[in-house]
Amino acid sequence: MTGLASALSATDLLALFAQFLVLSLLAVGGAIATAPEMHRFVVNEHHWISDAQFTASVAIAQAAPGPNVLFVAVIGWNVAGPMGALATMTGILLPSTALSLWATRWGRARRETRGVRAFTTGMAPLTLGLLLATGWVLAGPAAGHVGSMLLVFATVVVMVRTKLSPMWAVAVGAVAGVVGWA
Amino acid sequence: MNDTAVPVETAETLAAPTSLSDLFFTFNRMSLQGFGGVLAVAQRELVERTRWMTREQFVETLAVSQVLPGPNIVNMALMIGDRHFGLRGAFVALAGMLLVPLVIVLALTALYAQFATHAMVSGALRGMGAVAAGLVISTAVKLSTTLKKSAMGLPLGIAFAAVTFIAVAVLRWPLVWVLGGLGPIAVACAFWRLR
Repeated sequence: MTGLASALSATDLLALFAQFLVLSLLAVGGAIATAPEMHRFVVNEHHWISDAQFTASVAIAQAAPGPNVLFVAVIGWNVAGPMGALATMTGILLPSTALSLWATRWGRARRETRGVRAFTTGMAPLTLGLLLATGWVLAGPAAGHVGSMLLVFATVVVMVRTKLSPMWAVAVGAVAGVVGWA
Repeated sequence: MNDTAVPVETAETLAAPTSLSDLFFTFNRMSLQGFGGVLAVAQRELVERTRWMTREQFVETLAVSQVLPGPNIVNMALMIGDRHFGLRGAFVALAGMLLVPLVIVLALTALYAQFATHAMVSGALRGMGAVAAGLVISTAVKLSTTLKKSAMGLPLGIAFAAVTFIAVAVLRWPLVWVLGGLGPIAVACAFWRLR
């Protein structure tokens, strides 16, 4: 997968970094929310990686352990190797990290005020709705396939009812997929 | 909404990270278990295993990290690290969450080209994807019990959660519009109820 443009010029690397700095501030609701804009930039506009490489980058990061944001590192790696991964990851993390730290301290100092309490109380139901929506969207590919839908349902029941580590559920899912049930 | 087999923690029985390395390894452990996203594991580790937060605190922290730009779970690690050990804690939690998984995912990227077309690999990815979806849904189900304790009241809480779900999952509206449009209304309702 080291591909078309492993030797990106310093100017291009800087452009990549700058693009992901901006995306960081647009990534409300998670990094994956900016995937369409990333796709437009690295695939359509600059042709640094192919469409298939982009999709595979997201799939690999989903299959590997760790936060979903790591797909950003995979895209950077596919565009320009280690330097590319460094550019995209620091780009996507720097502005949001600074903003989060500032906002969380500001909020903590005013935690007991009515305004801040209203904010966290009011946003909590939206967070739950959003979480359910994320699960719904992720379950999209399973729709229409009985084995996959059963797997989604069984996971929900087992995870709500038991203290089993999610890792085991993922392992069962992988095996079910390999033998062709999912 | 849903009674689970898991006891609910109250603020009095909470624990805290004992050291920076405790913080690092807790987030590292969490991250390495997080296939298809870390959120489901985070709830299990932070609320049920380490008992660093209650369900309510978890939802509140998640709410704030979702409204802020940037990866939610990364924002959450920063906030928890900062709460216990200041700036050093924030970066230690971040490193714990990202370092090892980053190495793994890049190694997989290098390997992937050779196995991409293998039927077993794509089958496994599909099965893991279905489980990942189930994990996220189960987290939402478990955390839904926090709506009962909300100062907004249960009916209003359910209504806002449902509208958000429909707007994002069914209508596929851009998230910025949903949070920007519905958020202020929900916060205003909460502000009025908290009087």
